[in-house]
Amino acid sequence: MKIIVAIKRVVDYAVKIRVKPDKSGVETSNVKMSMNPFCEIALEEALRIKESGRASEVVAVSVGPAQCADTLRTGLAMGADRAIHVDYPGTLYPLSIAKILKALVDAEKPGLLLLGKQAIDDDCNQTGQMVAGLLKWPQATFASKVVFDEENKVATVDREVDGGIETLSLDLPAVITTDLRLNQPRYATLPNIMKAKSKVIKKVTPHDLNVEIKSDLEAVQVAEPPKRKSGTVLSSVDELIDRLKNEARVI
Amino acid sequence: MTYRRLKHSSRNLVDQLSNLKFFNSSRSSISAGLQSRSIQTFELVKEDVCYHKHIVSRHICFLKGSGIGIPASLRGVQSNAFRIHSRNLASVATVPSRNPSFAMISCDDISYFKKILGEKGVVQEELKLDDANTDWMRKYKGSSKLMLQPRSTHEVSEILNYCNSRCLAVVPQGGNTGLVGGSVPVHDEVIISVSSMNNIISFDKVSGILVCEAGCILENLITFLDNEGYIMPLDLGAKGSCQIGGNVSTNAGGLRLIRYGSLHGSVLGLEVVLANGTVLDMLGTLRKDNTGYDLKHLFIGSEGSLGIVTKVSILTPPKLSSVNLAFLACEDYVSCQKLLSEAKRKLGEILSAFEFLDVSAMDLVLKHLDGIRDPLPSSKHNFYIVIETTGSMESHDKEKLEAFLLSSMESGLLTDGVIAQDINQASSFWRIREGIPEALMKAGAVYKYDLSLPPEKMYDVVDEMRERLGTAANVVAYGHLGDGNLHLNISAREYDDSILSQIEPFVYEWTSKQRGSISAEHGLGLMKANKIHYSKSAETVQLMGAMKKLLDPNGILNPYKVLPTSISQSGVN
Repeated sequence: MKIIVAIKRVVDYAVKIRVKPDKSGVETSNVKMSMNPFCEIALEEALRIKESGRASEVVAVSVGPAQCADTLRTGLAMGADRAIHVDYPGTLYPLSIAKILKALVDAEKPGLLLLGKQAIDDDCNQTGQMVAGLLKWPQATFASKVVFDEENKVATVDREVDGGIETLSLDLPAVITTDLRLNQPRYATLPNIMKAKSKVIKKVTPHDLNVEIKSDLEAVQVAEPPKRKSGTVLSSVDELIDRLKNEARVI
Repeated sequence: MTYRRLKHSSRNLVDQLSNLKFFNSSRSSISAGLQSRSIQTFELVKEDVCYHKHIVSRHICFLKGSGIGIPASLRGVQSNAFRIHSRNLASVATVPSRNPSFAMISCDDISYFKKILGEKGVVQEELKLDDANTDWMRKYKGSSKLMLQPRSTHEVSEILNYCNSRCLAVVPQGGNTGLVGGSVPVHDEVIISVSSMNNIISFDKVSGILVCEAGCILENLITFLDNEGYIMPLDLGAKGSCQIGGNVSTNAGGLRLIRYGSLHGSVLGLEVVLANGTVLDMLGTLRKDNTGYDLKHLFIGSEGSLGIVTKVSILTPPKLSSVNLAFLACEDYVSCQKLLSEAKRKLGEILSAFEFLDVSAMDLVLKHLDGIRDPLPSSKHNFYIVIETTGSMESHDKEKLEAFLLSSMESGLLTDGVIAQDINQASSFWRIREGIPEALMKAGAVYKYDLSLPPEKMYDVVDEMRERLGTAANVVAYGHLGDGNLHLNISAREYDDSILSQIEPFVYEWTSKQRGSISAEHGLGLMKANKIHYSKSAETVQLMGAMKKLLDPNGILNPYKVLPTSISQSGVN
């Protein structure tokens, strides 16, 4: 069984981000970029499934500009067998990615599609759900535990939902998006980095996949949240009541 | 039906232990200045323990006797550590007796200080004094009854002038993170804390020259410079608490010395107050100034015994965008050395840190610190190396580093290694190296030595020490291999004089025979005050004594420390 893992190249989690002066977006030039942490977890899970013998191949996929190849190299260094880079330099939205992934899934025919639950730059949390809808495949999002049953072609997934943990049983092929507590991703060791140099990254374009990238969304403005105002120390309860009544207007 | 809900159970999802990955690092600056600010959630508190939190929380625990504000896992450890540390003083080198020529503090002195500094600047509460009287390692404790907190150079000058005239001994104190007992009183010396003098005076965006007061905390300076696109030329584990005045007075080294050099090179100017209150304005901001004797170098590294540093002018390097970190394993010490020379040659200008730790250090960190993962769990390695590169072009640096590492692996210098793929992974590797002092504290009693040795010989002393001590204690070695600086630590369950006798004077004699330094970067302080002759000739020490007498005739500045008592007290009337 083949597993496809979709990964995204985002601004590194630990970087202090700044908004561009023209408010059109976040400053991404000269800023450290790395693999989205949730995508890393998804890739780790795919590798563990392969290592336990239940999958034959792990394919890493990424959509974006030329530098995505670096992120895919990291994925290959972690242990993915090959990678596909869908080259598109412009802005992308979840629905476009979902359509591209559908086209790739139709071509590759994997038994499982793994994604991170959301990307840390836009926090959309939509791509996994959309692609499952397009493919008409069952989906389990926010996975915190995945157990495979190969003979019955069923995956049992624990999901972290607001009320607690929900356990679902999915028939394969299925889409699973991963949450933080699923696993701890491995480091890219030197021997694996060496091996990754000979692994293949295939380059395609959305046009090759017959997908048209157009969006119904337009980012109008990106601004920082207002700075937190400092508190003031009040001198008496009367002043507090006065302020609550007249300034904050809550009583 | 393509899916069925099998079970739905409520469970507390806030499970502290299960999510260490994102929050496993509290190291808040990489050399490129990119901030790794861990999110301040409850889940972090356990893992997020670095030097400064350690000091604060330990002091709170010690003083209030309860674990307020301290996670349960640390509480037990801390009280255990206190039991060990509180009965250590007897086994540490004998404390010199109080010099009778120093005056005792009187009520008149207190009212005079209150006049100069105001009520807030004069501290006599026991709790605060307890803090200031005890060093970070809880090895040294003074009995000062008075701490002064001046807010300007003028106030420092007035205080010192008065103390000099009254012959009152003083201890200048910054962040109190020193490791040789140089920042705390021995007896009842007045503590002069410059912590309140923490303004940044100016910063030139073009030249990168920063002028600030001595009480600025290093981490705050790093944050300030980060916004301007610069970094501090030094970085150490204590950055959350240590102050720049103290760094300069002790000529602190740290992790980046291999790239940015020592403070003797980066400090452009100082403002120092001498023992009699004279303010020496040497606060130049010029890169080149060959007019006369460069006196600031006397004060850099003098550990507060020649004057109190009140302002610092320092050259800061620009923050470069590409930082890469590799955590490597070597079979033996010879390979580590060869790796170092290869790194200097192949990585050249982008090498910014080269640290090593041995397997006993690694085991200690894994055992005592939370949230640490072994980056190379597949097998046990004898030596681990941390290499950091900093440059302006990510692709170029990464290529260079990978090529160097792969060729080293092929030639057998390395047995294994990982390259950090994002800032969090880099932080967790640094946490291993920077967390060793903390892990040593948690393990019990520690005898700490900081030696500069010729690189070929550096590990020989570790092997010999292991032979001498056998199973009595655990010998842990780590350090700045790139600078030839070994941190030799002997960890035991409790302080024990029999262990100490096996260590000293053997380690000092051994170092002296190799013409090494018995204190590479920690300084002499109280711990090594009478040991200077192991590394400096008698004539040199005599001249040091003469300088001390010239600048501080009454010997009131940080007495009993740095120079041997015979030298420093010979001039005191």
